[in-house]
Parts: sequence; C-alpha cells; structure tokens
Amino acid sequence: MQAQETPNESVTVAEGSASGQYTGRTVSFSYDDQIVRYFLWATAIWGVVGMLVGVIIALQMPLYQANLGPYLTFGRLRPLHTNAVIFAFGGNGIFAAIYYSTQRLCKARMFSDMLSKIQFWGWQLIIVSAAITLPLGLTTSKEYAELEWPIDIAITVVWVIFAINFFGTLATRREKHMYVALWFYIATIITVAVLHLGNSMALPVGIFKSYSLYAGVQDALIQWWYGHNAVAFFLTTPFLGLMYYFMPKAAERPVFSYRLSIIHFWTLVFIYIWAGPHHLNYTAVPEWAATLGMTFSVMLWMPSWGGMINGLFTLRGAWHKLRDSVVLKMYVLGITFYGMSTFEGPMLSVKSVNALAHYTDWIIGHVHAGALGWNGFMIFGMIYWLLPRLWKTEIWSQKLATTHFWIGTIGMLLYVFAMYASGVTQGLMWRAFDETGRLMYPDFMETVVQIVPMYWARFIGGTLYLTGAILMLVNMFMTVRSAPKELPDTEVTLAVAS
Amino acid sequence: MSTHKETFHRKLEGAWILFSVLTLLSILVGTVIEIAPMFLVKSNIPTISTVKPLTPLELAGRDIYQREGCVNCHSQMVRPFRDELERYGEYGKPGESVYDHPFLWGSKRTGPDLSRVGGKYPNLWHVRHMENPRSTSPRSLMPNYYWLLEYDLNLSSLSAHLSGLRTLGVPYSDREVSNAVSLAKEQAKVIADDVAANGGPKGLANKEIVAVVAYLQRLGKDLKATPTASVSGSTNNGGS
Ligand code: HEC
Ligand code: HEM
Ligand code: HEM
Repeated sequence: MQAQETPNESVTVAEGSASGQYTGRTVSFSYDDQIVRYFLWATAIWGVVGMLVGVIIALQMPLYQANLGPYLTFGRLRPLHTNAVIFAFGGNGIFAAIYYSTQRLCKARMFSDMLSKIQFWGWQLIIVSAAITLPLGLTTSKEYAELEWPIDIAITVVWVIFAINFFGTLATRREKHMYVALWFYIATIITVAVLHLGNSMALPVGIFKSYSLYAGVQDALIQWWYGHNAVAFFLTTPFLGLMYYFMPKAAERPVFSYRLSIIHFWTLVFIYIWAGPHHLNYTAVPEWAATLGMTFSVMLWMPSWGGMINGLFTLRGAWHKLRDSVVLKMYVLGITFYGMSTFEGPMLSVKSVNALAHYTDWIIGHVHAGALGWNGFMIFGMIYWLLPRLWKTEIWSQKLATTHFWIGTIGMLLYVFAMYASGVTQGLMWRAFDETGRLMYPDFMETVVQIVPMYWARFIGGTLYLTGAILMLVNMFMTVRSAPKELPDTEVTLAVAS
Repeated sequence: MSTHKETFHRKLEGAWILFSVLTLLSILVGTVIEIAPMFLVKSNIPTISTVKPLTPLELAGRDIYQREGCVNCHSQMVRPFRDELERYGEYGKPGESVYDHPFLWGSKRTGPDLSRVGGKYPNLWHVRHMENPRSTSPRSLMPNYYWLLEYDLNLSSLSAHLSGLRTLGVPYSDREVSNAVSLAKEQAKVIADDVAANGGPKGLANKEIVAVVAYLQRLGKDLKATPTASVSGSTNNGGS
C-alpha cells in the first residue's frame, strides 16, 4: 500500500525511509496516548456542557421565563454556547485527533510531553475562564471572539505552544512524506493564529474591557474575515484532516484519490479566506467587497465537494460495512452533511438568496446542519473508534452507540428542518406587502408569534441530540471502567534505513 | 513503497517548512487584497458630517448594551430593501459607524433592527419595556431587564473609556474626557426627570436604565440632524 493513499502506521518495516538501504539496526519509541485520552474526556464532557447550554438558550427563545437573573439570560448565554461547542467541544476534539494521528503519521512521539500537558491544561483553563466571564457580561461583542483581552492573550500563548509542539514533531518525524491529514493540520494551525491575532486587536480600557482597534465597516470586514474563516479553519480543515485519517482506518481502505486531495486542499485554502464578506451582503460594506465575497463563496463549492467525494468514495465497494459499524455510519452521515452545508453555503452567499435568509433562522439551520451533522458526528465517530483502541477493551455497549446514532440523527433533522421552516417564514413575512402597497405585517411581533412553534420543535430536536451525547458519555465511562489498570503507551520499533 | 519518479507535490510533502510557508502565502493573498483597500482607500467609507461621537452617558449605555448581549437578538444595520426602509427607515451608511468600536450590526434579528429606534418612543416607553417587555409589547420574547432599574450606574471608569476611544481616533475633546462623569450626570438627570414627569418611576437618575435609554434614543439620530445644529455629540440629548 502506498504511503500517500492511506495513513500507514505499520510498526516493523522501514516504509518511512524512502529508498534507503536496510541496515539491520532498529529504533524504538512510544506514542503519547495518555494525552489523547485526556483530550477525549475533555471533548465528551465539554460537549455535553456546551450542548446543554444550547438547549437552555433554545428554551429561552419560546419561553422568556427561562431567562434567569442578570447572569443566565439569552444575550449572555448565547456566546457561552457558541464558545463552548466550537472551542471546547470542537477544540478538544480536534486536538485529540491531531495528537493521535500526527504521532502515527510522523512515526514519532510528540515533540515535548511537557508542551502537550501545558496545552491541555491551558486550554481547559481558557474554557473555564470563558464560562465565568461570559455570564458576567464581559465580552467584546464580536461573534466567536467574545472573550476579553486577557483571555485572548492566553489563547495566543497556548496556540503558540501547540504550534511549537506540532511543528517540532514534524521536524523530527521518521516518515518522509507528510500524509494529507497533516496538510490540513498545518493550514489550521497557521491560519487560526493569523485570524486570532488580526481580529482580536483591541485597546484595553480596563482589566476586562477593551475596544476593538477597528471601527464600523473596517471592524465588520475584519470580524467576518475572522468569523467565516473560524468556520473554515476551525470547523472545516481540522475536521477534514480527521476525516482523512480516521475514515480510511475505519473503512480499512485507502483514500479514494491522492490527486483530488492535492487539488482540493490548495484550492480550499486559497479560496476560503476571501469568502468572509458574504456575511455582509447589502450592509454598509462597499459593493465590490460583498461581490468578491459572493464570487469566491460560489467557487468554494467545488473544493468542498472534492473533500466530500474523497471521504465518501473511500467506502467504494465496501458500503456493506456500514451495516455493522456505528463509526462508519457516523462518518457517512457527517461527510454527507458536510456536503449539504457546503452546497447550501454557496447558495446562501448569492445575494438574492441572502436577501431572504440573512438575519433569519435559516442561517441558524445552516449552522447546525454543519455543526451537528458534520462536526458533531465526525467527533462522535472518532471517539467510538478510539475508545477500544486507547483503553484496550471492548466498547461497553455497541447497542447504546447505535442508539446514539439514531437519536442524534433524528434530533438533528428536527432541529435543522424546524429552522428552515422558521427562517423562510420569517423572511417572507418581513418582506410581504398587501395590495395597497403597505407592509402586510407592520408589527414585528406578528412575525415572531408565527415561528414560536418552530422554536419548540428545535428545543425538542436539540434535547434529543444532547441525549445522544449523554449516552456517549455514559458509554465512555463504562468502557473506561472495564479497561485494564495499566495502559502503557503504544511501543513502536522501526528498522533503520541508512 | 513508492519508487516511481517524485512529482513536485510529492517532494513538497517532504519539506514541511516550505509547505507551511506556501500555505501561509495562500491565505495572505485574499486577506491583503480584500482588507487593505478598506484601510487605504478613503472613498470606501464616505464620512457624514452630522455623525458625532456618543455622549459620555450614551457610551455608558452602549457598554451596557454590549454587556447584556443585546446584539445577539438585535441588528443595527438596515438593508436597502423596500420593506426594510418602510419598517425601519433609512438604510445603513458606511459613514454612520465610523466611531463604532466595535461595530454592533449583529447577524440575527430575533427582535427588530434598532439602528433607527432613536426618537421612535418616549423615554418612559423604554423604561417600561426594558423592565418588562410584555407590558408594552404583548407576547414579546425579550427577557426582562428589571435589574437595569435597580443597579447603580457605575461611572468610575467612564473617563478611561472615553480617553481609550480618543486614542483610537474618536474625536472627543479634553473637556468631554475630563468632565465625562458630570456630563453624564447632567444628561441622566434630564432623562430621569422626563420619565418621572410622565408618571414613570422616580429616582432613576443614577440607575443603569437611563444610560441604556440615552443610547437607544441616540440611534439613527445623527442622520437626521442638520449639519450646523450639533457642534459636539452632547447636544443630542435624545428623547422628548
Ligand atoms: C431573546 C432576544 C432578545 C434580547 C436578548 C433582547 N431583545 Fe429587545 N426585542 C426582542 C424582541 C422579540 C422584540 C420585539 C417585541 C418587543 O417590542 O418587545 C424586541 C424589541 C426591542 C425594542 C423595541 C424596538 C422597536 O422598534 O419596537 C427595543 C428598544 C429593544 N428590544 C431593546 C433591547 C435591548 C436594549 C436589549 C439588551 C439589553 C434587548 N433588546 C435584548 C428580543 C430581544
Ligand atoms: C444540543 C445541541 C444544540 C442546541 C440545542 C443548540 C442551540 C442553539 C441556539 C438556540 C442558538 C441561538 C440561535 C439564535 O440566536 O437564533 C445557537 C447558536 C449557535 N450554535 Fe448551537 N446548538 C446546539 C449545538 C451546537 C453545536 C454542536 C455547535 C458547533 C459545533 C453549535 C454552534 C452554534 C453556533 C455557531 C451558533 C451561532 C449561529 C449564528 O450566529 O448564526 N451549536 N445554537
Ligand atoms: C462552502 C462552504 C460554505 C459557505 C460558502 C457558507 C456560507 C455561509 C453564508 C452565506 C452564511 C450566512 C451569512 C449571513 O447571511 O448571515 C453562513 C453562515 C454560517 N455558516 Fe456557513 N457556509 C459554508 C459552510 C459552512 C460549514 C461547513 C459550517 C460548519 C459548521 C458553517 C458554519 C456557519 C456559521 C457558524 C454561520 C453563522 C455565522 C453567523 O452569522 O454568526 N458554514 N455561511
């Protein structure tokens, strides 16, 4: 099997060392598995917390009484939800994926165990400080970058530590060629650093208060350059890396096309960064910028589907494996929803569609098709695949895992379709005129009352999805309980080529 | 084991530094081309002479607006469509938000747009609405913000906030920065008296609610102001 087609981690042959001569000498080392276990726990626990907050704000929308006191109101909890699910659930999930797969793809232990630990605990500390400051109302008001400047500095430090650890591992790798998953990790680490630094520039005027360095149109443009690419380089590229490593593993097949992975990687990375202004169609941002954003967003459809095709077609000729594997079920669902939201996204960028959808629940539907379908299920699938391997035991209940899959799927569909219905209703009612040329619904509340039933449906869907995540946590807990006491790191012995 | 001739990309996969540099360059192209003109080319953001910085009290109100996360339910950017012009008023201009650090246009309209709400309602309406939105708008989904009527308005850092904004280019005068607190109190008294005179709760002059009302009443006002009328932002007392 060729190194470029499948993440290979055979442990006794010197595949990595190109065409060197076999010398008879060997080298031994081990992978740091403990850090991956840590990140997996953090993923599962923060996932439940973040989604619980999601369910709470989903309840607050149709039921204002669910807003409690100053601290637990919708306006303060919504950023807590987004930060928790993106950076705590998503973040720990991609760190688990990266720490597990990078070591195996590089045939090397992580550069520094100490840096790994600092990154782990530093990141958890950042999450805890977010969970404290956001309900206190300490916020920059910039979406997905709400955390105030002291925490922003901590994020920068931890990210730099992560980068040193990752690139240090690349530098000391024993496998000559970097597999495609690593390309996506590289893009993630570099771009998130640039985005975070660019968007978080602010002047502190108090210990937890700052004003953005930019104002108005400039601030908006930078914010959505950041915001859209947070989607691109936090919720997409690391997940594609995850897909490229774990999908072939779970399917026991090489990736569909090496050439496609090259083409779609470079086009994706190049094009994504331009797409930000599609969040600002018809606003005070200059026309040329919005049009540029729209154009590149439409182009983005192709590289996105390149990734989807490469992922799904990895299963070519092996679709029957879906029946027995909950991991593959989750991956196929996840990748399919990646395809759906990256088809919907370019469509939403087209100005005439955006005119209807912007500001409405349609966008919320789009977000959660990606978030619940793609990000959620890719992480869940990875966890179920890693559980028996990292804890050297059987999964406690395969049946419970399958239940998670179905309950999560139903919950997600309910959520997403409720929001489509609500979004289109809102959009159409806002713009409706009667025969005399007056607004059909001049009172805004008329358009709100209409969609309250959809808010309840979303609440139920979200609760189902959360239930699935809780089942996974239980399954994980029980599986780990039956694990052997000693869990030594995976030992590797390689033959050395000259 | 691949023994065939190495393509360029195959070689690149063996060179992590070059690979990383090329990735960085790929993302910088779009970044620079899209963002640089917004800072370098003035015509992208035509200024409007009547747009002035917020008064100290209005700024305090804006800080509370940020703290409560109102931006998560309310946009402040009217789009140039017939229905939005009818429902809210003038569409949003680039020159309007030149002093908005950060911008608060929002991305979701769970409630209506607020960028033209200044002067739409009397001060008292806002007080009642913020305390309990259902009292003015039956079936509203907006949370009660009763604590705004209870919490004392903290002005201790207001001067620092103004001077910070001045560092960022907002044209506050020395007088405004150093007298921020007394200017704020003056404006607060006008609003609180107006609320009380119309039969509303008394003694709100030192409560957070007056700052929020001052801010809301300012929104969209500058566009309607006549160029000579306002020398500094503090002439816009809002409400009537
Ligand atoms: C959960 C979403 C939500 C949050 C958070 C929220 N609002 Fe509202 N707001 C609404 C809805 C819905 C309406 C329309 C019904 C009404 O008038 O109450 C509204 C109406 C308003 C109006 C009247 C607008 C008009 O033109 O009639 C004002 C002013 C307002 N909100 C201010 C605020 C402020 C200030 C905050 C933050 C302290 C805030 N809102 C937070 C949902 C919200
Ligand atoms: C149990 C599951 C979940 C529920 C019930 C839920 C609920 C919600 C609700 C009610 C909102 C506010 C919508 C609005 O303002 O109208 C929201 C926003 C958001 N959620 Fe979730 N959520 C869930 C899971 C997730 C996950 C797993 C992610 C990401 C990985 C996510 C990402 C987001 C984002 C990015 C937004 C902001 C959207 C925007 O600004 O347009 N959510 N969610
Ligand atoms: C080709 C890919 C995609 C394109 C072109 C795209 C395009 C868009 C557009 C046009 C909007 C609406 C902006 C608005 O009117 O307010 C949007 C919102 C959003 N999309 Fe996508 N999308 C894509 C893929 C994804 C994926 C895979 C996710 C993953 C989770 C995602 C997450 C989001 C989020 C979180 C928002 C809400 C931002 C906000 O307003 O707070 N998108 N996207």
